[in-house]
Amino acid sequence: MLQGYSAMRRTNICLIPLAFAAAAAAAVTGCTEGGGGNDNGNGSGDGGDAAAERSQIRVVGSSTVYPFSSYVAEEFGATTDYSTPVIESTGSGGGIKIFCEGDGLDTADITNASRRMKPSEFQRCADNGVTGITEIAIGADGITIAQTKDQPALDFSLEQLTLAVAAQVPQNGELVDNPYENWNQIDESLPDREITVYGPPSTSGTRDAFEELVLEAATEDMEGYDEPYSTVRDDGPYVSSGENDNLIVQKIENDREAVGIFGYSFLEENRDAVAAVTIDGVDPTPEAISSGEYPVARSLFFYTKNSHLDRVPGMAEYVELFISERMIGEQGLLRNEGLIPLSAERRETVRERFTQRESLRLEELKD
Amino acid sequence: MNEEKTGADGAGDKLTADARLQRRHRAERRFRGVCIGALGLAGAFLVLFLGSMVVAALPAFTQTEVKVEVDFTNPDQAWRAIDPELNSIVSRGVTRVLPNRLENNPELAGKRFEEWVLAKAEIDQFRKGKGSLDEEVRERVERFEEAGRFRYTFNHWLFTEGDSKLPEMAGLKAAIVGSIYVLALTLAFAFPIGVLSAIYLEEFAPDNRFTQAVEININNLAAVPSILFGLLGLAIMINFFGVPRSSAIAGGLTLGLMTLPIVIISTRAALRAVPHSIREGALAMGATRWQTVRDHVLPMSLPGILTGTIIGLAQAMGETAPLLLIGMVAYIPDVPGSVTDAATVMPAQIYSWASMPQQAFVERTAAAILVLLTVLIALNATAVYLRRRFERRW
Repeated sequence: MLQGYSAMRRTNICLIPLAFAAAAAAAVTGCTEGGGGNDNGNGSGDGGDAAAERSQIRVVGSSTVYPFSSYVAEEFGATTDYSTPVIESTGSGGGIKIFCEGDGLDTADITNASRRMKPSEFQRCADNGVTGITEIAIGADGITIAQTKDQPALDFSLEQLTLAVAAQVPQNGELVDNPYENWNQIDESLPDREITVYGPPSTSGTRDAFEELVLEAATEDMEGYDEPYSTVRDDGPYVSSGENDNLIVQKIENDREAVGIFGYSFLEENRDAVAAVTIDGVDPTPEAISSGEYPVARSLFFYTKNSHLDRVPGMAEYVELFISERMIGEQGLLRNEGLIPLSAERRETVRERFTQRESLRLEELKD
Repeated sequence: MNEEKTGADGAGDKLTADARLQRRHRAERRFRGVCIGALGLAGAFLVLFLGSMVVAALPAFTQTEVKVEVDFTNPDQAWRAIDPELNSIVSRGVTRVLPNRLENNPELAGKRFEEWVLAKAEIDQFRKGKGSLDEEVRERVERFEEAGRFRYTFNHWLFTEGDSKLPEMAGLKAAIVGSIYVLALTLAFAFPIGVLSAIYLEEFAPDNRFTQAVEININNLAAVPSILFGLLGLAIMINFFGVPRSSAIAGGLTLGLMTLPIVIISTRAALRAVPHSIREGALAMGATRWQTVRDHVLPMSLPGILTGTIIGLAQAMGETAPLLLIGMVAYIPDVPGSVTDAATVMPAQIYSWASMPQQAFVERTAAAILVLLTVLIALNATAVYLRRRFERRW
């Protein structure tokens, strides 16, 4: 009897790994068959060829453009018969690197960027056989400085902001480590508040833009700096706060003395808690950002690999939807997501450029 | 005198012995107190974490719907079947598919009817007491509220939709299916290879320098940071073998590599726990070593093997770092149709939602974490059940 029991026990046990493996294998083969169907029977099914027949557009690049790009992708997937493009947020530099890996269908079709492509990146693309890239500007993004709503209004000039966050500042004709701890030490007119600035870390595109648009712009013709200066201080007052802008918003809500640096869309979403600091008296309104009156703004782009336009179904339609009035226009849907529209004229140029499949040239990037 | 002295001495000895005993007891009580304190602290953190998560997540399970008139009497203007004036209240997920809806249901043409449709996330948040609205919109919302044109329903979109930029329509479906694909592939890859390697190493391999080196390396691999497996997956699976980027198979193979050492180590431990007498008994009866392993050692060690595998899988399920590098942390709202299609997984979805600017994503992130925790608890409970069910003691 005992023997019988243990024998039964044993068969039971032996079934388990079988069932395990069978279930897993069934799942996998089931999936692969599904894949064959999706490929319209053209794909032979092995890894190399699977990439040759592609039903999804592949987009990589900037985390700033990512929300806009995925919004368009969703709209595209919901209103057309094409499947929704896959949007990966890799950062501008990372995206261009993946984009420029080669011309094959296993590489990305489009890369988003919150800055223009660098000549060196363009060269790398060309070396890998990626030619025929069209540059498309979609709008502007403002970088806002903000504080909690209950603090009295603040206004900084670019110089004052630079003196608060630069690693070295000029004093008596030479550069010394930044000694400022309170805003009123920089300028009498500023309040007696401790300098605490929550901002993006050095890996972020927003930080690159901040360094370029604030520090470099201000130090260019400031006395004491021989050349544009862009090093941010790391002795405490500037606090790097992670790639997640939500975190910076939360931090300035808790630390009421502090100011935070983040993208315009986060200001828009959190208007009930935070208010913008004006720069040189200019409020970061969409109009001011678009016209360039608000100084801390940058253009957003994406780059298309034109050789893929005929090979990836729906790619041209996706780009056309993205640059349509409905999306990037004056009253376009992306405006609600925080994108600042370009001027009507520039929008027209962009559309014209894509219709002509105008290729980007190295000389354009060099200025 | 002598007697007295010894008596006194004896009493003194007794006294110090008592005092010593008391001291030892006190030390024990102290130690126990510290242990209980530590346990209480750990428990308090857990309760705090779970509690705040549940509190944050609960509002996400209800969603506002609004009653509107849908008017298909003019089929050419299907896109404005719901008054465009209401665009500030009705979700774009509803209005943008109106023409498609008419196309798919031609019988709707010429009809006009009232219907409950999904409201915008801002409206939902406002009704839940969070966020603010423009003056104009707020007045309209108040009018609608009085007319009873709002209601809360269970947020089924959270489970029936893929990712979306519209918080009201954002769901976990694509991520859940993606997680299932990836886990199935991880299991199919790591389980057979891991168990077979462990059986060879434990039962058949000679004990020499080579096997010792292999053993040390496997133990090291189990402690390697998971992001390195992502780099490995990128270099080997994607760049060398040409597996499609972002696909479930790339994720499954990468996580399989990560899980492999855990499966091998736990399988070896389980095999080692089987008493030698069992093997010797079988061998003495004339069984071959393969028969011994197949009929005796393996069945007895199975609970341990399964427990180890499931814990390894649970760890793989919660992993995002390696997937970041192979492109699975991305905007992928479509449910994958095959293992080569782009897929995302639940922790990746949580990561993406956590960085969204909209307020409504805060509660949805918490809800997604709860769903993930539930699945993980279910997996671990299975591991415990299997161990209890098949465990043998000698």
